Amino acid sequence: MTDQRLELTRIPLVKRILASRWLQWSLIAITLPVFLLAILTGFFGTPAGSRNFGIVFVWIVWWALLILVMLPFAGRLWCAVCPIPAPGEWLQRRALVQPRAGGRLYTLGWKWHRRLDNIWLQNAAFLAVALFSVVILTTPFVSALVLTLFALVALGTSLLFERRTFCRYLCPVGGFIGLYSQVAPIEVRVKDHALCATHKEKTCYVGSDAGYGCPWLIFPATLDRNTYCGMCTECLKTCPLDNVALYARTFGKDLLTHRGRRLDEAYKAFIMLTCALLYSIVLIGPWAILKETAYAVGSPAWWFYAIFFLAANLVIVPGIFLVCVVLGKSIGRIQGATRQLFVEYAYVLVPLGLAAWAAFSVSFVLINLSYTWQVLSDPFGWGWNLFGTANWQWSPYWAGGQAFLQIPILLVGLGAAIAVALRTAREQRASPRAALPIAAFCLAFTWVMVLLIF
Amino acid sequence: MMDTRPRDRNLRFGILALTALLALAALVAPLPVAVPSLSPQARTIDVNARQFAYEPGTLTVQRGDTITVHLESLDAAHGLSIDGYNVNLQAEPGKSADITFTADKEGTFKFRCSISCGALHPFMIGELNVEPDSPLARALLVTLVVAVGAVLYFWK
Repeated sequence: MTDQRLELTRIPLVKRILASRWLQWSLIAITLPVFLLAILTGFFGTPAGSRNFGIVFVWIVWWALLILVMLPFAGRLWCAVCPIPAPGEWLQRRALVQPRAGGRLYTLGWKWHRRLDNIWLQNAAFLAVALFSVVILTTPFVSALVLTLFALVALGTSLLFERRTFCRYLCPVGGFIGLYSQVAPIEVRVKDHALCATHKEKTCYVGSDAGYGCPWLIFPATLDRNTYCGMCTECLKTCPLDNVALYARTFGKDLLTHRGRRLDEAYKAFIMLTCALLYSIVLIGPWAILKETAYAVGSPAWWFYAIFFLAANLVIVPGIFLVCVVLGKSIGRIQGATRQLFVEYAYVLVPLGLAAWAAFSVSFVLINLSYTWQVLSDPFGWGWNLFGTANWQWSPYWAGGQAFLQIPILLVGLGAAIAVALRTAREQRASPRAALPIAAFCLAFTWVMVLLIF
Repeated sequence: MMDTRPRDRNLRFGILALTALLALAALVAPLPVAVPSLSPQARTIDVNARQFAYEPGTLTVQRGDTITVHLESLDAAHGLSIDGYNVNLQAEPGKSADITFTADKEGTFKFRCSISCGALHPFMIGELNVEPDSPLARALLVTLVVAVGAVLYFWK
């Protein structure tokens, strides 16, 4: 197969920007104050979520940018500019911009336990946040508490463990960003693997005077998926052979690589798919009882909700999918372990889930985006009017027309999911018929999403 | 890897074209959906609003009906704004509001609170179903067409 990639770093300006140590710092210099303001407004601002900067900017503006723009088009770009691990990373480095000699880090440098070298903890952390999400999304104080907790855990982890251990193994958001970044048409990769083999110093991993070893604990020469690449471009800076580049590529290229597929990532795909479905039912459906139940944390009804929520994520949806896998295995007379086949097919859910999240997000982002103008002028809800927009009325954008965006998004996700399913069947040396139950699952899921959002 | 032999390329192009054609047909062709049995009527619907719910949460009418929504607010100021219709009314406790409009567009339309009323305000949502709901039927049909088209396109 020909390499259908475009090396963007051949463009001198792009190369110069990415090689600059100021790039990441200057972007974080923008996101960090916004993050701090979100926390401050959460703690000290109005409790009315739709008038509070923290709620509006984190759960509407940032969320929309992440799901609708950054993830599908730029992969893990957000991780490169995320303010949460920045203070810890700066403390580790005892520097803001320029590197220490040899890329030395000031941390206890503990290694993450090998048995936890996976994303199960991220899956658990995401589920925990998701379970309380109705409260977190709507209550500024709780939202600020959660963001502060993320920042403190990130800081503590940086002081104790090596590099970005928090981002790699603990961040509840990082898990799904990594999973869905496989769809993005952009990648950081080495140019020539043979050249890497001759380079004994491995400065991209251990660091050098030019920069730090990969903060994401990745040896760039082995990188064949975006999942764990934080796109910080540190390896571009530390490679003395100019052997690392930023490429534009076809959408979803990583989904054609089935090396390294794992059950923890498969479960992340299920959790994301199920949460998109449940949020569409609970948050944007007309059933007030469900919203009230999800909000009434600790009530007897909430416990039923919590049990069902967890069961749907961990048992029911994966169980239905497993039935489809077993059916497909039987139809295609596929040899081998059902568990591995289940894992292989689960990557079908990456485009399907991302599309479901995008469609779900469109339904509330466009409707609520106009709150942005109010909170920009009055972030705390204290009656300020900094830019003269504090009294702008709520005005839903493109109300009634969202389906024209949502349906095509869902259809693209469905088409891509079916393509991955059929390819997976071929990789098993089975007839394409083996993928039909999986395709039926994808169709049924998309139908349910259409019913919910339409 | 995709097969690039001319015959396969032509087949794939044919599948793509047929899928697009059928999807287009599903969007515009007359559908055998149930036609309203009654002629358009004038209906008054009482809706109670409270934090953070409408009762009833789902309103079902027939296309062409003239609808009067009578909104009562039970606890705080609430609004009712219907997506896709130029309808927005606001009520306070003891001060109800009415609005009359013609349900001239088919489909399911969310209605939502237009006055910030508390924590769950952004998700205080109800649904207006204007039957027959042919947009939903068309969307489901297009989804089926795309799924079948994708299976055929990526089969080899």
